[in-house]
Amino acid sequence: MNVLHFVNAFFSDGSHWHGYDGIPARLAEHIRYSLLALGLAAVVGLPVGLLTGHYGRGGNALALIATAGRALPSFGLLVLMFILLGFGMVPVMVPLVVLAVPPILVTTYEAMRSVDPSPVDAARGMGMGESRVLFQVELPVALPLILSGLRSAAIQIISTATIAAYVSLGGLGRYIVDGLYQLDYEKVVGGATLVAVLALVTLGVFWAAGRFAVSPGVRRGG
Amino acid sequence: MRSVKCRTPHAVRPDPAVPYQHPPTSEPGTGIVTSYAKSTRSSTRQFGVVAVALAATGALVTGCSSSDGKSGGDPLSGGKSSGGSVVVGSNNFPESTLLADIYGEALKAKGIKVTYKPNIGSRETTYGLMKNGSLTVLPEYNGSLLAYLDKKAAPKTVADTTAAINAKLDPALTLLEPAPAEDKDSVTVNRETAAKYHLTGKSTIADLTEVAKDLVIGGSPEFQNRQQGLLGLKSVYGLEFKSFKALDAGGPLTQAALKKNLVQVADIFTTDPTISKEKFVTLQDPKNLFGFANVQPLVGKGKLSQKGVDALNAVSAKLDTATLLDLDTKVQVEKQDPLDVARAWLKSAGLA
Amino acid sequence: MNRFFDIPSDLQHSWLGLVGLHLREALLPVLAGLVAALPIAQLCVRFRWLYAPVLGVTTVLYAIPSLAFFVVLIDYTGQTELTVMIPLAVYSLVVLVPAIVDGVRSVPQETLAAATAMGLGPVRRYLQVQLPIAVPAIIAGLRVATVSSISLVSVGMLIGNQGALGNLLQDANSYHRPELAVNSVVTTAALAILADAALVGVRILLTPWMPRAARRGGPGPAEERPEPSVPALEGALEDGPQALEDAR
Repeated sequence: MNVLHFVNAFFSDGSHWHGYDGIPARLAEHIRYSLLALGLAAVVGLPVGLLTGHYGRGGNALALIATAGRALPSFGLLVLMFILLGFGMVPVMVPLVVLAVPPILVTTYEAMRSVDPSPVDAARGMGMGESRVLFQVELPVALPLILSGLRSAAIQIISTATIAAYVSLGGLGRYIVDGLYQLDYEKVVGGATLVAVLALVTLGVFWAAGRFAVSPGVRRGG
Repeated sequence: MRSVKCRTPHAVRPDPAVPYQHPPTSEPGTGIVTSYAKSTRSSTRQFGVVAVALAATGALVTGCSSSDGKSGGDPLSGGKSSGGSVVVGSNNFPESTLLADIYGEALKAKGIKVTYKPNIGSRETTYGLMKNGSLTVLPEYNGSLLAYLDKKAAPKTVADTTAAINAKLDPALTLLEPAPAEDKDSVTVNRETAAKYHLTGKSTIADLTEVAKDLVIGGSPEFQNRQQGLLGLKSVYGLEFKSFKALDAGGPLTQAALKKNLVQVADIFTTDPTISKEKFVTLQDPKNLFGFANVQPLVGKGKLSQKGVDALNAVSAKLDTATLLDLDTKVQVEKQDPLDVARAWLKSAGLA
Repeated sequence: MNRFFDIPSDLQHSWLGLVGLHLREALLPVLAGLVAALPIAQLCVRFRWLYAPVLGVTTVLYAIPSLAFFVVLIDYTGQTELTVMIPLAVYSLVVLVPAIVDGVRSVPQETLAAATAMGLGPVRRYLQVQLPIAVPAIIAGLRVATVSSISLVSVGMLIGNQGALGNLLQDANSYHRPELAVNSVVTTAALAILADAALVGVRILLTPWMPRAARRGGPGPAEERPEPSVPALEGALEDGPQALEDAR
């Protein structure tokens, strides 16, 4: 079995490029699921991580939550949620968010904790309020590490969102699951290639975001 | 066959007595280094522990893989069924597992050694495993198997179907007697769709011709490119649906999606107890796309003794559609274990 | 819920049998990954130029979804446990190589110089100095690999009931018995937490010199660096100048 041959056959088949089962549609679905899950996980993980990190409290509790979150099996959670809730986005979002919150939460906490205390003290000495200290001093310094947490979460989501196809949703996992049952390796390999490429593009996006968003001073120091 | 097993590695067995600790910091600071200087001997000893653990690991890994391979630890790994034991497989839907249990227990009753390999996947996969000898016996459906082997076949009788299959079947395989019990794939609509388009039990698949473009059809992923699926619906009935939703092989996903109107049309097995329960309407198939679907054992040629062949033929002789529907209901609605249901029926039918 | 431990016959195992099978399918690959990662990591430490390409390859491998990996392997290894275990071993390797490399590299120059001065050759220096000091980092990597391995075994259900506890999920669906899915999720999570705790225990045993206090104060690198792709890309994309700086 020649993997490259399958890749070539999959992408050169014109019928794979249009319609509801075409590559553009499935790719768009996959990106939509992934962005939604990453957004939800960030909404949960970032504020909690920022605040606990800022005040330096709750580290133990976070570690426990993160361990529990990582321990929950994504695929099992997906099927369980599907059995309990039926068709829809929620059964897919639950495992993806559970998967993505620990890296975001813990990395954000760690990033805030690792900020050099002297500029923070200086900022307080200058009379900055807690929220200004958090957003204008700590956050810019912690940003590279926070972004790495988001990036890690994003990659895991993109790879794991493929299991959504098992409960009849779309996305790139559709090609992998359909290929399994149709014994069509072209689809499996093609789908896996698309997922891997999407993951690598996402890494590139985060790299670029780091270039733009991280202040030059922090970058040089880091 | 599965009795050959590696023990769980003791070295890494979780010890519930150890409380949760934070993960270590990855940058051992100076503190570690200074204390290291004080404890060279201790860490050397500790390294010995690691080395022993690693050696044990290596032995475990190689030990396991060789035992798996040589003793036929898994019937699918070697590609050959191991000596003496008959491997009964099933596809990934409950009725197939139930039928495999019935065949297996009937063989056991005749003193034949049986290994089960249930829930494997779709026919696309299991046929390959039959061909390479990984499986010895597989419950099949004659017309569906024929459509898989020959898209153009349109037999008129059960006997024709068997003959046509035998003509196309891999030389290593053969069919035993078909049972009167039938379980077809079907084009079935839900109550809402039936009401909207005035479809009744007398309506045919052709009645969807005008409206198919507005309807979503659901079925197993393999339905998408099977002759007894989207391909045949298009070539035989000229139906093109709005879209196809991949669900499962007549299982709970398909049932639920049709019930919730996520799909308006679905491939539901005709023995499915939910058809009557949810008032689904199964459309007639005058052009016989879904052909015959008698339950029929597919076996490896020469892999089953005459005693075994007789046992399975005796099962087929007693298995009719009403019986199959009843047994399916016991498993899928009354939640009884398929093996218990199989044993109880064999006993009541005087086959075990 | 009274049929919580009543496992359907088609799984051919008791609940405990499934637990044993699950542990075996999850942990053997981690151990295999460790055995393979040690020499690879050592090569990467020895020949610095090797690290970036190795990270690049492992990043791509890690981006392949497990299910696709399983399905493609079916052609070679059949619908067997081995088909599930090979990708898990690869994922473990991908997690462990950067963990070990970072751990070994974190040994301060002065320590190495002291070891050399004491007359240790390169092999003894590696085995008796660098590796023991890297133990915390290696265990951190093992924890990530083990927990994710235990979780991923369940996906093996999709390739013909090779998912151990994950097989319960299919039956939960087919036989309308949600309690089996609860059983699968809870048991798998419990195994992951216990395995994680056990590794922490191993770390404490192996690093008696580490002050307890050093282990306190918040989540460490296991979470900080949950996936190999993180350091991997960092290495591949950003590390150019930094690597030189590290090299001094």
